[in-house]
Amino acid sequence: MRVEEILTGKEGGKLFLLGNEAAVRGALEGGVSVVSTYPGTPSSEIGDVFYKIAQKAGVYFEFSSNEKVALEVSIAAAAAGLRSFAFMKHVGLNVAADSFMSAVYTGVKGGMIVLSADDPSMYSSQNEQDNRIMARLAGIPLLEPSNPQEIKDLMKFGFELSEQFSIPVLIRTTTRVSHMRGVVNLDPVVRGKEKGFFSKNPSQYVVVPAHVVKLRKELIEKLCKIKEIADSSPLNKIIDQGGKTLGIITSGGAFNYVMDVVSENDLKVNILKLTFSHPFPEKLVLDFINSVDKILVAEEVEPVMEKEVLAIIGKHNIKKKVFGKLDDTLPRIYEYNPDIISAGMAKITDKISIKKEKSTTELPLPLRPPVLCPGCPHRASYYALKKAIKGLKLKEEEIIYSSDIGCYALALQPPYKMADYCISMGSSLGIGCGFAKATNQKVISFIGDSTFFHAGMPGLVNAVHNKAKILLVVMDNRITGMTGGQTNPGVPLDGMGNPAPEVSIEGIARGIGVKLVKTVDPFDLKKTEEVFKEALQYEGVAVVITKHPCAMLTDAENRRKGINIKYKVNQEKCIKCLICVKNFTCPAIFTEKDGSVHLNPLLCDGCGVCVQVCPKKAIEVKK
Amino acid sequence: MWGLCPGMPKKSDRGEKMKNTYKIHLIGIGGQGTIKASTIIGEAAMKKGLNVVMSEVHGMAQRGGTVITELKIGEVYSPLIEETDADLLLAFEPTEALRSLNKLSEKTFVIVNSMPIVPFTISLGISEYPELSTVFEELKGKIKNLVVIDAQKVAKEAGNIISENMVLLGAAIATPNFPADKELIIQSMKENLPPETIKTNLKAFEMGFAEVKN
Repeated sequence: MRVEEILTGKEGGKLFLLGNEAAVRGALEGGVSVVSTYPGTPSSEIGDVFYKIAQKAGVYFEFSSNEKVALEVSIAAAAAGLRSFAFMKHVGLNVAADSFMSAVYTGVKGGMIVLSADDPSMYSSQNEQDNRIMARLAGIPLLEPSNPQEIKDLMKFGFELSEQFSIPVLIRTTTRVSHMRGVVNLDPVVRGKEKGFFSKNPSQYVVVPAHVVKLRKELIEKLCKIKEIADSSPLNKIIDQGGKTLGIITSGGAFNYVMDVVSENDLKVNILKLTFSHPFPEKLVLDFINSVDKILVAEEVEPVMEKEVLAIIGKHNIKKKVFGKLDDTLPRIYEYNPDIISAGMAKITDKISIKKEKSTTELPLPLRPPVLCPGCPHRASYYALKKAIKGLKLKEEEIIYSSDIGCYALALQPPYKMADYCISMGSSLGIGCGFAKATNQKVISFIGDSTFFHAGMPGLVNAVHNKAKILLVVMDNRITGMTGGQTNPGVPLDGMGNPAPEVSIEGIARGIGVKLVKTVDPFDLKKTEEVFKEALQYEGVAVVITKHPCAMLTDAENRRKGINIKYKVNQEKCIKCLICVKNFTCPAIFTEKDGSVHLNPLLCDGCGVCVQVCPKKAIEVKK
Repeated sequence: MWGLCPGMPKKSDRGEKMKNTYKIHLIGIGGQGTIKASTIIGEAAMKKGLNVVMSEVHGMAQRGGTVITELKIGEVYSPLIEETDADLLLAFEPTEALRSLNKLSEKTFVIVNSMPIVPFTISLGISEYPELSTVFEELKGKIKNLVVIDAQKVAKEAGNIISENMVLLGAAIATPNFPADKELIIQSMKENLPPETIKTNLKAFEMGFAEVKN
């Protein structure tokens, strides 16, 4: 399949779509006009597709500077009567939370969907957070798809529900649903309105106390009505397998595992699949509870529905056992899979056979942690900084490396070990300011270009104003890298590939009042080391911007231009000092058993930085 | 190619009735093209009118890390394969095949690329890569239906080492009971790969196919 087919695929056709791609198709079938995001795995591919097709689809799409801005862009579009779609990873919704909590009060005119991609097991996240709780905190209707087809269909349903009740709708996916591929049946694409019109109504849109006391009441009344819809919605369905002894209540990805286990073991159980799960369909669930002898709740991350079920049981004084996370029938943490569901169900029914004599190996298997790519400019920045620190005889153990969210946090691994603290987007600065005040240690903060625009700027303002003596290294690789390579405010392209003004990081730093601001190309190791030496000795806030494009960008450009430079080690010159292996540590450089050093031509990116690292000039262009 | 191991079903066994599910586990290193190979299989299955779901990994593990994709074809819901339940394992690297042993049973057919990829953790001395001969001994000892292919060598012969994944794809579809038709796989390849690479990729695919078929 070519990406364009997500837009051009005809009604009645089928595509093998990733959950994230299905979200795009659903938005297009639902007549979306405005789409906004800040990239975050596991939701990133939604933006990658819009980047390629938005223009042709007549949709406005942007990579906003952060999730809060993205959400606000979509809120405004919906207030102007357009259908809008904001999506982000689960922790992105924390950034957007301030506006998210009030947008349910102000409501919408055009349908608005917020998609939160949660990451059970934290494959690429800093926490395991269940945003079904955010739906309850905000008071927003919640839809939980189980597969790509459902994601697509729920986008359309969500727009209608949103317009019917003038309220944004939250879709919660998980990694395994966003990154699941499945057969999706296509319906026609509907062209959304190009422009809307905002009709003034301050009592609706300005959240001063006098207004929100009314809006709060209206919200609760809305939710009561929406609960009735959820109770009778065909999205919530009972799958009757002809058994009354056990009823399973489940949603999202967990539903898939339950179905596979039930069908594999030919179990006679009844299943209640909740897709429209907040407001919790109390009447439907009560009827289901009454129809079975005991209940198992299978859901991923927090025992959200389980507590709702227990509340219903308590409220109606029902004497039935509820199994789930709270009694350890199913694990409290991490994502589920069919084996976990089987093991849990085996505790409460003897109808499940846990067969399985699985094979294992005693051999040690190589560790393959994620690593900075060959040709990555961050490696050069870290290498030069390390040399500067050594050159100034600063004590490594006394320096605090305050890192941030992005590829550069991978420097926590040896040999660099240059990430000591990292908790959230932009935290390198706030945490750095705190350490600068709380200790006498040297503080070096690292942040990427995109993360600097996202949440780094307020921290830098704080550092300057509160005189926190830190060195900030902005690793400007001209892209939002870790999420797969999206544009950001620092590059001359917008979210649809059109030319856009570049926002200058150096200009921002100077504007904030930083006195020492230097920009350097980290591929010039010597120069970079000198700049770092100067900045390390500066008394005050110093900013060094190491600016060089991400290897993904340079690799693509080299391919386009037909440039194919590889390096090799001249064995006659190499003295096996291993500086390139042990200190620089590019994945393309490896040693043989005899201690000889080699470059893997498949991995070598041709950046040539290792040539500067070698004291004997033994690394040469491969002819 | 190391030759077909004893225990591999003979051609005459291929007529056996298809079960209602078929499960494929692919494991490799980020950048080897596991996701592309999996997507091509999935689309071919869809074209044949079968239900198919697939699980893929994006994000942090993408470069240099282990990448697993799983495909389930037939009457299934979740994209994750139960332990000991894979019908086919396609390992793009020898030690990675060992990482997936828990998915195998006696009936699983296993194709392993013999070319090792040694991570930086070995040079730094923080992890170990076992002797390659030991790895293959272990694989032979644990796996009944095993085919080992030097996919990189075959891909090189076909014209580009980057076509390694298509060599392994060709090998996969030549295994007994593979549910998607060769013609549909070729059609999916044409719809998923960059047009200028199709010729080399098809050659690599056919050579991989021949490795198992002959």
